[in-house]
Amino acid sequence: MGTPAIELKNISKTFGSIKANRNINLTVNNGEILSLLGENGSGKTTLMNMISGIYFPDDGQIFIGGKEVVIRSPKDAFEHKIGMIHQHFKLVDIFTAAENIVLGLDEQGRYNLKKVAERVREISAKYGFEIDPMKKIYEMSVSEKQTVEIIKVLYRGADILILDEPTAVLTPQETQKLFSVLRRMRDDGKAIVIITHKLHEVLSLSDRVSVLRKGEFIGTVVTEETNESELTEMMVGKKVSLNIERTEPKDPQDRLVVKGLVCKNREGVKVLDDVSFTARSGEILGIAGIAGSGQRELLEAIAGLQHLDSGEILYNDPKTEKTENLRDKTPLQIRELGVRLSFVPEDRLGMGLVGNMDIIDNMMLRSYRKGKSMFLERKQPKSLAEKIIADLEVVTPGATTPVRRLSGGNVQKVLVGREIAAAPTVLMAAYPVRGLDINSSYMIYNLLNEQKKRGVAVIFVGEDLDVLVELCDRIMVIGSGRITGIVDGKTSTKNEIGLLMTKTHGGDENEQK
Amino acid sequence: MSKNKEAKVHEPLFHIAKRSGMVWWKAWLIRGCAILASLIVCAFIIVLLTKQNPIEVYISMFQGSFGTKRKVWILLQNIAILLCISLAVTPAFKMRFWNLGAEGQVLIGGLACVACMFYAGDKLPNALLILIMLAASILGGVIWGVIPAYFKAKWNTNESLFTLMMNYIAIQLVSFAITIWVPSGSGVMGVINSTSKSGWMPDLFGQKYLFNIVVVAALTVVMFVYLKYSKHGYELSVVGESEKTARYIGIDVKKVIIRTMVLSGAICGLAGFLLVSGTNHTISTNLAGGNGFTAIMVSWLAKFNPALMVITSFLIVFLQRGAGEIATNFRLNESVADILTGVIIFFIIGSEFFINYQIKPRAKHKEGK
Repeated sequence: MGTPAIELKNISKTFGSIKANRNINLTVNNGEILSLLGENGSGKTTLMNMISGIYFPDDGQIFIGGKEVVIRSPKDAFEHKIGMIHQHFKLVDIFTAAENIVLGLDEQGRYNLKKVAERVREISAKYGFEIDPMKKIYEMSVSEKQTVEIIKVLYRGADILILDEPTAVLTPQETQKLFSVLRRMRDDGKAIVIITHKLHEVLSLSDRVSVLRKGEFIGTVVTEETNESELTEMMVGKKVSLNIERTEPKDPQDRLVVKGLVCKNREGVKVLDDVSFTARSGEILGIAGIAGSGQRELLEAIAGLQHLDSGEILYNDPKTEKTENLRDKTPLQIRELGVRLSFVPEDRLGMGLVGNMDIIDNMMLRSYRKGKSMFLERKQPKSLAEKIIADLEVVTPGATTPVRRLSGGNVQKVLVGREIAAAPTVLMAAYPVRGLDINSSYMIYNLLNEQKKRGVAVIFVGEDLDVLVELCDRIMVIGSGRITGIVDGKTSTKNEIGLLMTKTHGGDENEQK
Repeated sequence: MSKNKEAKVHEPLFHIAKRSGMVWWKAWLIRGCAILASLIVCAFIIVLLTKQNPIEVYISMFQGSFGTKRKVWILLQNIAILLCISLAVTPAFKMRFWNLGAEGQVLIGGLACVACMFYAGDKLPNALLILIMLAASILGGVIWGVIPAYFKAKWNTNESLFTLMMNYIAIQLVSFAITIWVPSGSGVMGVINSTSKSGWMPDLFGQKYLFNIVVVAALTVVMFVYLKYSKHGYELSVVGESEKTARYIGIDVKKVIIRTMVLSGAICGLAGFLLVSGTNHTISTNLAGGNGFTAIMVSWLAKFNPALMVITSFLIVFLQRGAGEIATNFRLNESVADILTGVIIFFIIGSEFFINYQIKPRAKHKEGK
C-alpha cells in the first residue's frame, strides 16, 4: 500500500435542510483502488463532486499529498491532478475523440491534433485501451465514450481518478475490460476511487471499501477481510421501526400477470430481461432495486409507454372476468378496454402533471375526453381539485395555482389524488415519497393502504428498504433488468433484500479473483 | 488557512431570481413605464440625430394612424391582416411548433386565390367564384402547413428550418406564376378584373376594408374560445408543455401536431384570401409584406392570448404607420423611423424580463465564518 494521495477530514455539505454529507473522513492511497459503497442518496456522488470542484464543502478540509488544498472549480481539481469520470458523459458529439480530449485545455504551442492523437495512442498502449482518436463521438458505443472520458483525464495528467458508477452502462465483457485497465493504472501508482453499489464488483476489483449511509461515513474495510453480508449490513444498517400499518390481504386474485418481458434500449442492451410476476388484488407488491435497474421501463411497459421486444402483460378484468393482453397497446387503447390502470410516474412534473397548468386543468388530464362535446367541462375537475385540496391537505393558494409553484410534497398529493380518484383496479406508484417530508410520506403510505383495502392491486417502487419491508405484502427485487427474487414482506429482512439487489446473474461471477 | 478564506468570497454582487408571479396591475405598470422610458430615449435620439422637436415628431407619429378617416381605415385593415396571421401561428406556437412559414403559407393561399380569379373570372357568378377562391386559398395554406408538420410528426425534422425553407419555395412559385400570367415580361401583375370586379369582395356598407375587419374580429373570438375552452385547444397545450405527459395521458401527439398545423395553415390561407380578394386584387412576392414574421412577435408579446393580440397587433401597426408618417413629414431617412420603432419594441420586450425576474442584491456576507 502506498502513501496517502488524498485525505478528507470532517467534510460536510448541506443542501437546504438535507444533510448530504456529515463529517466524512476518507483516505485514498496511491496505487490502490478504493470502492465507495452506498445506497441511492447516501451522498457518494456529492462527496466526489466536492473533490472534483463541482461543489464546495460547507465544512472540513481536503489534503492532497499531505498538504491542505482548496478546490473551487474543476480547473483547480485538474491542477491537483484529480480527474472525475461522470456517470453521464460530458462529450461533444460531433467532435472526434482527440478533439474532445484537448477541449478546454490551455496547451503551449500550436493546436496540433496529430500530436494529440499520438499521445492518446501512447496512453492507450500503456494501459490497454482500444480507441481510435479520430473517431467521432456520435459513432461510438457507450463503452468507447467512457474510454474517451478516462483518457481525457489521463491526458491532463490525473493521478487521482474518480469513476462514478462506471459499470452501470457496460456489458459484462466491457466491464471486465475496464477492470483490467483500472488494475493496470493502479499498478502504475494511480489512486482510483470507484463509486458503485454492485457488491460483486467491489469484491473482485477493489483493495479497500468505504461505506456511506444516509450522508454518514460508516467505515472502511479491507476487501480481503470482508464479505458480502458484512458489506450489505454496513450499507443498509439496522432495522428501523416505522409503524406503518399492514393488514392481511383480503381475497387476493391475480389481477396483472406479466410474463417474460424483454425490453432493449437504443444501444441494444436489455433493460428488462425475462421479467415475470403477478400482481394480486388487495395486495401491495413492492419493487426494490438499485435505481436504473429497469423499474421505470417495467412500469412504463405496463402503462403502454414502452416498446417491448417480447413478453405478455395479461390483465384479468374483475367485472367481465375476461383476460386482455395489454402489450403494444397505447395508454388510450388500454383505457378504452375498460382497464382502470393508474400510474404515478417517477417524473411528476415532467410526465404525471403539466407544471404550467393549474390544479383544475391537471385534474382534467385524466377526464377531459368524457362526453361528445368538443368543449371542455371544467365543473367536475374543479370540484375534484377542491376535494383533493381539502382531503389531502394540499397547501396551495387555490385550485387555479400552477402546480409547478407548489412544493414537492403538495405536487405529489395532487398527482396521487388524481390517480386514485380514477377508481383504479391497478395502481402503480414509482418512488411516490421521494423528496417528501415525514408527514406527507405517511399520508401517501396511508393512501396506498386504503387502495389495497379496496381491492386494488398496488405496485409500489420504493428505495427505502425500511418502508418496503413494513408496507409491502410481497417484495420483488430487480437487478440489472432481471428479477433476482420475490420475497414475503412479513418475513424478509433488509439484509436479504440488499443482497438480492446487488446480485447480478450471468457471466461476471467468474470475475472473482 | 488564508487560502481558505479567499475561497469563501465567491458570491457575485447580485443575482437574478425568478419571480413566482405578479399581480396583473403591477405587470401593466412595468409595461407602461417601459413605454414611457422608450419614448424618453427616443426623444434623445431624435434631438441628437435630427435636431427636431421630439414632441412634434410624436404628434406626427400619432397622426400617421389617426390623422384622417382614411388613415384610420388603413390602420384597421393593417391590424386585421396582421392579427389574422398572428391568430394563425398562435395554436402552433402554443404547441411549441415554431411555424416560421406563415409568410409562405399566406403567399400560397394568395396564389391559389389569384389563380382562380385569373382563370375563372367573369366565367362564374361572383358569389360562387368567391367561395371557390376562399376554398382554394385555405387549401393552399393547409398544404403548405401540413408538409412540415407531417415530417415533424413522422421523422422529427426541425420545423423552424423546414417552414422557413417553404417560404422561399412559395416566393419562387409566385414569381414563376407571374411570368406566365404577365406576357409583357414586366414581372408585375396588375389589378385583375379591374373593370368587371369579378372575384372582388364586395364592399360592406360602402367600406372597402370592413369585410376583412369583421372576418378577423370573428376569428379572434373563435380562436380565443378554441384555445381556452375546446378539447383540441387543451390537447395542444398539453403537447406543447410536455410531450411526455401527453403520451402518458394517451394523447396521440402526431395527430395533434398535424391537426394543429392544418388549422394554422388554413388561417394563413384565409389571410392570403383576404389580402387578394378583399384588398389588393393582385399578387406579388411581397403579398404578406413581412407580416408572417411580425406575427410571431405579436403572438409572443401577447403570450399566445388572442384577446391580448388585438392590443399588440395594434401597437405594432401603430408604430409602423407612425414611423412612415414621420419619415415623410420631416423628410427623415426611413431608417430613423425604424430606429425609433426598434427602440420602443426593445423596451417593451425588455420589460417582460422585469416582470418574470427580480434582481436581488448580494446579502450582507457573514464575516469570520
